[in-house]
Amino acid sequence: MDLFLKTTSQDTEHRVVLGGDIDAHTGPEVKETLMSLANEPGTRRLLIDLEAVEYMDSTGIGIFIAVMKACKQKECAFEVQKLSPRVERLFRITGLYEHIAIRKGESE
Amino acid sequence: MAEQKPQADVIRLTLPNQTEYLGVARLTVSGIANRMGFSYEEIEDIKLAVGEACTNAVIHAYKGKEEVGFIHIECQVFPDRLCIEVSDQGIGFASELIPEQLTPIFAGRDLDDLDEGGLGLYLIHTLMDEVVIRSEAGVAVSMTKYVRRDGVAGDDWTNSETEV
Repeated sequence: MDLFLKTTSQDTEHRVVLGGDIDAHTGPEVKETLMSLANEPGTRRLLIDLEAVEYMDSTGIGIFIAVMKACKQKECAFEVQKLSPRVERLFRITGLYEHIAIRKGESE
Repeated sequence: MAEQKPQADVIRLTLPNQTEYLGVARLTVSGIANRMGFSYEEIEDIKLAVGEACTNAVIHAYKGKEEVGFIHIECQVFPDRLCIEVSDQGIGFASELIPEQLTPIFAGRDLDDLDEGGLGLYLIHTLMDEVVIRSEAGVAVSMTKYVRRDGVAGDDWTNSETEV
């Protein structure tokens, strides 16, 4: 399956729904989208919904690290939510789980 | 190329070293693993390991080379295990660099110190039961996953044996 990517914005808050495969082929588009949102002047919050992700590898981990660094510099909150069991496993194995902000419970 | 055992079924796949074919590599291997009786979780782990090995090959192997290269995937299907070798004829790498890239990442480190890359080999070692990496003319990553049956203890991913 290919990449699914949808952004909804409310003022300075952006929510990005990611789905499908996130690998070295689709990664550049994901990274470009997230980085441009993070670097947009005035962005206060970036929330990534991962429920529909079917495959993710270290390409995705690298993207999240880059975007988290960018958000930290811009003092923009970065969160992920709705991790599938596979994505959670990848986060835990790599250790990213300890570093990434995970929003629990139902979204708005 | 690994020496073939007579009792193994061998499936070979050659792909252009382009990222658009990574999904084909993963689907092929997951199809083979599925019919061998691996669990859903194990199949996903095998897919991820093969995806990482192929990504390394596509991204690094032919860097700076003009010609279009290929990624070779050979699956040997044994009754008790699946051996997959991902190889290329690219530029290779100094094998002394490998241990550096196998450190479990991130634990106790600050966000600013985290690298965005270099996780592939670590994941392969973590997800598969046996891993051998050779770098001669290009790089070859051989990885094995055992089919877990009653009485045959497959080891947990936290406890995988590695050989470099």
